[in-house]
Amino acid sequence: MELDRDNLIWLYRTMVTIRRFEERGIPETGQRRMSASVHSSAGQEAVPTGICAHLTKEDYIASTHRGHGHAIAKGVDPKLMMAELFGRTTGTNKGKGGSMHIADMSKGMLGTNGVVAASVPLAVGAALTSKLKKLGRVAVAFFGDGGANQGVLHESMNLAAVWKLPVIFCCENNGYAESTPVEYALSVPNVADRAAGYGMPGFHVDGMDVFAVYEAAGQAVARARAGLGPTLMECRTYRYYGHTVFDNPLTYRTKEEEAFWRNRDPLKLFRERVMPEGLLTAEELDRIDRETDQLMEDAIKFADDSPLPEAPQLYEDVYVNYPKEMMKRGANMEI
Amino acid sequence: MTTATPVPMSPVGVTRQIRYRDAINEALRQEMERDETVILLGEDIAGAAGREHLGFVDSWGGAFRTTQGLIQQFGNQRVLDTPLSEAAFVGAAIGASSTGMRAVAELMFVDFVGVCMDQLLNNAAKMRYMFGGQVKVPFTLLTRIGAGFGSAAQHSESFYSIFSHIPGLKGVVPSDPYTAKGLLIAAIRDDDPVVYFEHKGLYGDMGLVPEEPYALPLGKARTVRQGTDVTLVGISRMTWVCTEAAAELAKAGISAQVIDLLSVSPIDYDHIIDSVRRTHRVVVVDEDTPICSIASDICARVAEEAFDHLDAPPSRVTAPHTPVPYSRALENYYVPNAARVVKAVQGLVNRK
Repeated sequence: MELDRDNLIWLYRTMVTIRRFEERGIPETGQRRMSASVHSSAGQEAVPTGICAHLTKEDYIASTHRGHGHAIAKGVDPKLMMAELFGRTTGTNKGKGGSMHIADMSKGMLGTNGVVAASVPLAVGAALTSKLKKLGRVAVAFFGDGGANQGVLHESMNLAAVWKLPVIFCCENNGYAESTPVEYALSVPNVADRAAGYGMPGFHVDGMDVFAVYEAAGQAVARARAGLGPTLMECRTYRYYGHTVFDNPLTYRTKEEEAFWRNRDPLKLFRERVMPEGLLTAEELDRIDRETDQLMEDAIKFADDSPLPEAPQLYEDVYVNYPKEMMKRGANMEI
Repeated sequence: MTTATPVPMSPVGVTRQIRYRDAINEALRQEMERDETVILLGEDIAGAAGREHLGFVDSWGGAFRTTQGLIQQFGNQRVLDTPLSEAAFVGAAIGASSTGMRAVAELMFVDFVGVCMDQLLNNAAKMRYMFGGQVKVPFTLLTRIGAGFGSAAQHSESFYSIFSHIPGLKGVVPSDPYTAKGLLIAAIRDDDPVVYFEHKGLYGDMGLVPEEPYALPLGKARTVRQGTDVTLVGISRMTWVCTEAAAELAKAGISAQVIDLLSVSPIDYDHIIDSVRRTHRVVVVDEDTPICSIASDICARVAEEAFDHLDAPPSRVTAPHTPVPYSRALENYYVPNAARVVKAVQGLVNRK
């Protein structure tokens, strides 16, 4: 799987877009007092980028509460995501979902999800659709080291293995479930060790190195596309901020640890790899940075200029077909 | 407000009688023939999975034989026996339904819903809303209710009310073979998630059922007996407890209208309120426990919307607020019966 110049530019642009979205968009969302439930994936960019590089628009992903990066890597428009965070009608979800439910069915993005590991069986179901309809699509189920201990993940891995479904179970192990360290909560040294219990390949990779993720994901995706069944891949990564951006991670981890991981920043590692080899120049990469900065300013403006939902939207899209008056009958609603 | 009865008591011009169990099987078969995106997932719905080479194909056919014979016709890619993993296969059915399939998953007993409730509550019910209408989830959950079989507290509950409480889900409670077939076809064809509650005490009941596929409307009740003095609302098997009580009441000169609710979301309040405006009394008969129940909800609605028409307080005959007991000596007290309904009605009629 040789990466050509366009592939390299895509990898870098995707990672920078995720980083800038988190570092620019989340504080702006906070300033607008729209939500405190926003989880930054800054630091983890290499994982969704290295995996989604192998996916087509038709493939599926199911994501987590820390899912902006997954959405961006799968091709969801950051402008529409920004509008969603700002609660606007132009958002991916018309302002009905916010950060924890960003979905774009036209991009195979089955949603970020507010319940840990709850989206995993959705990916299994999408893979079942692909298998039964012979669509040749694969599905990636993202979850964290916290999700690794949820029962539904284990049931889903067993089911996908029994039915040989084209699923990639991708654990983003960022070391912490909220404040609980992974080594406290995990009964084995690696999440990937658990693959053996379900008869599927399992391995862990350096989740800060997009090239390592890309190469490993290539094998897992190829295996799924060939009809050989699921794979469990664990990516060791780190989130730069707290569980949400409003809590203080130094209540459970050290500055030295943060510095260690910051020194292994995925954008920095990428530059250190491609520039000496002459694959891309500093000027080219700097230009991508600037273009992405501008994209974020445009996205913020687009979101701010977009309308907030009108009150009757409250009753829209609960069902495809249901008597609307039932939603407010007896509730003494004002609208 | 609609006042007509859109769901008839029985089909016109039909002479074929089949059992409730077979009506469910026929609905599944006909929908799978009609639409190849309809798939069926569940535990032991075919049985002996993977043992075809030993001659075991559909040797089991489901815990209550409602899915018998389907794997022979549709194969093991559309009739999928699952591991004992409700969270995974119910979740997968929701995921498949949101990506182009029309999946029907079977939860063997409603009492087991705890192990997969998150998928129903947080994914099936909310995805469309959270995603701003981007997705349809044409998913059907088949499950079973009903006490009276000495199955004790974990295999006998009737708590459809839990599902009615959740915006985004629909629910149906067929009471006879005709409604069992028509409501299951409607549930499968519907583009929203629908929970279909089979009552274990009705599987052997015979009734007139058209051979061709037909869908009955979701969210509509029917009147199964006309009356003028009191409205009895039955849910699932309790409809027939109501008709039994109505026959007893008739002997005492009290005329009871019996309404068969059929849907627990949406609930056909208008049908009930229209009746209560004429009878001035209502008793809801519910096998579910009484607190925060469908029966409570209907009583509240009648009190709010037909207060001036009432001659007596809206009333309930339900199971007690206890788990389902094992011993028949206790279980017989647990499930509402005609005598309790008669007594409740007499209390309302004699009230001065």
